Amino acid sequence: MIKNIYVFGATSKIAEETIKHFAKDKANFYLVARNSDKLEIVKNDLISRGAVSVHTEKCDALEYDKHESTIENAAQAMGNIDLVYIAHGTLPDNEGIRNNQAKLLEEFNINCNSTLSLCSAASGYFEKEGKGTLAVISSVAGERGRQSNFVYGAAKSAVTEYLSGLRNRLYKSGIKVITIKPGMVETPMTAEMEKGPLFAKVESVGKTIYTKIKNGNDVVYVPGYWKLIMGIIKSIPESIFKKLNI
Amino acid sequence: MNNKNYIPFNKYPKLYPSSVLKPVWLTEVNNTIFDTDSSVLCYGKGKSYGDVCLNEDNTIIDMSNLDHIRHFDKEKGVIECEAGITLSKILEFIVPNNWFLPVTPGTKFITLGGAIANDVHGKNHHVAGTFGNHILEFGLLRSDGITYNCSETENTDLFKATIGGLGLTGIIKYVRFQLKPIETPFMYVENIKFNNLDEFYTINEESEKIFPYTVSWVDCTTKGKTMGRGIYMRGRHATKSEVEKNFMHKDGGIPFPLEAPFINNFTVKAFNKLFYSKQFKKHSKQIVPYEPYFYPLDFVDGWENAYGKNGFLQHQFVLPFEASKEILKQIFELIVSSGMSSFLTVLKTFGDIESPGMLSFPKKGITLAIDYRMEGSKTLELLERIDNLLIKNDGRIYPGKDARMSKEHFHTFYPNFDKFEQFIDPKFSSSFYRRIK
Repeated sequence: MIKNIYVFGATSKIAEETIKHFAKDKANFYLVARNSDKLEIVKNDLISRGAVSVHTEKCDALEYDKHESTIENAAQAMGNIDLVYIAHGTLPDNEGIRNNQAKLLEEFNINCNSTLSLCSAASGYFEKEGKGTLAVISSVAGERGRQSNFVYGAAKSAVTEYLSGLRNRLYKSGIKVITIKPGMVETPMTAEMEKGPLFAKVESVGKTIYTKIKNGNDVVYVPGYWKLIMGIIKSIPESIFKKLNI
Repeated sequence: MNNKNYIPFNKYPKLYPSSVLKPVWLTEVNNTIFDTDSSVLCYGKGKSYGDVCLNEDNTIIDMSNLDHIRHFDKEKGVIECEAGITLSKILEFIVPNNWFLPVTPGTKFITLGGAIANDVHGKNHHVAGTFGNHILEFGLLRSDGITYNCSETENTDLFKATIGGLGLTGIIKYVRFQLKPIETPFMYVENIKFNNLDEFYTINEESEKIFPYTVSWVDCTTKGKTMGRGIYMRGRHATKSEVEKNFMHKDGGIPFPLEAPFINNFTVKAFNKLFYSKQFKKHSKQIVPYEPYFYPLDFVDGWENAYGKNGFLQHQFVLPFEASKEILKQIFELIVSSGMSSFLTVLKTFGDIESPGMLSFPKKGITLAIDYRMEGSKTLELLERIDNLLIKNDGRIYPGKDARMSKEHFHTFYPNFDKFEQFIDPKFSSSFYRRIK
């Protein structure tokens, strides 16, 4: 039973659309994000929807040294943590940063290193407790590097592989690790992208993630058709793939 | 962002903005949003039938990201939300808590801000008035950078100007309003066939005394004895015992899950049963989920596309009771002779509850809403002829569903406009406003 929930990147649209369903189930929340005003908006929304208690803490993804303490603070505030949900991220302009070392490293820090840092803090906590669920938003972009999106893709690929190993390592301890791979979703992060038929509504993506977290699935593609699409993309021989305009 | 996405529901007129702002958080809705040379106008879901939601060659502020709930008092049924939230999202949340919208139009895919700006009405106007009658307070950001709390007791003039104010008085940031209690998400509905307008008046008089929701679908294609025939639909929220009794029999004693309105197959079937049943009796009674009752067309995704790329016009007017019987017949004659009416014609009476809105459309009388395929001057001439009859008989047109009424007619329909004009924010404008001012 998931009652006490820690969320990093709680002001991301996908996170919000996921956790509002847990609010209906009368959960407690510890929300972490970099902007206190926005956290307050999410907090009031969750309380209106039935959350029993909502705590917030301001922390930037790149403040690595604070990661562990946010989890400790959450455990203290709620008594314990059943679910750590990591949902922060940015979608960089690949062409604009691929030859800009500082920008490239910063994007990698946000989308990969900070996530791994949080995962390690969470798994440390869960191992002590002997139970728990870690759910992390990765991306289908991490399945194969494409010219339009390979910085973000490489970061998410590292996250996916890390979670695969972590799941393997924690399996015997009874700790669940859930890798969530959304495809293209209509959110503020993708506001500037042309919307094609493959774009999913954030409301339905959030609801699916909620269900999958409760079910305790290992790897989740949302929407499910991305499993098929990425299967095809991964099967294209490199000699052909390198010539494609994707 | 593609500016060509910003069109009205009926696809006419197509007047594109020069730029679009889409705030993600309410904290971004502050005075910096006015740092533009052009005028601004808020846009919700674009469900208006015309140009009240358009601001050609100027700025549109897309409010649809602003959809948080700010506060909910479960005991009193008072909710406060950001103005970009849709009625659909509010219903998803309040119905399981046994509350309902005090007033709802025929689609739930509109925003709360839009509901106020157009002061929408519903099937219960004769007992509940307009949406504006149930507003407790809203926050209005004006271009002076100040957010005004508006209510019946605070900034009262701005409150009255903004309700039905077509978005011209500022940005509605958040809204607190009163919900109404329900026992179940189901409706008790009676459908009665009527053969002509006289029969409609008889049934209506009786129904309004006993049913909070009444509306009719009217056939606008027949003349003579059956002119104005149709189906009268009257309903109320079903009680728990009615629902249990109804579904116990059919499901062999298994209590029907009250969350059922969210099951699609079930609701689609109920919709068909409600409107297209072949064994339609003269007088039928049934229990149906609230969705097919209030929002039949929301089930037909993209029905508006059936009119083609030129779109269509909706024409909704109200006529005072005294004149209505005679004039309505004249208007029906005009429509039937033109052969231009569509399948969707809605007839309903407005009661005498006055909205606080200065520019509100509803007033006591009979209202008729008809869709017409846009066929250029042929369509426009017919509507102009109907408008002329309205002018002579103290009727008026709904701006939220207008794309063509003349400036002179507008000012006759809305004598309050002169009083309203002083509350228009100088930074705000719309294609509609520039057309009629």
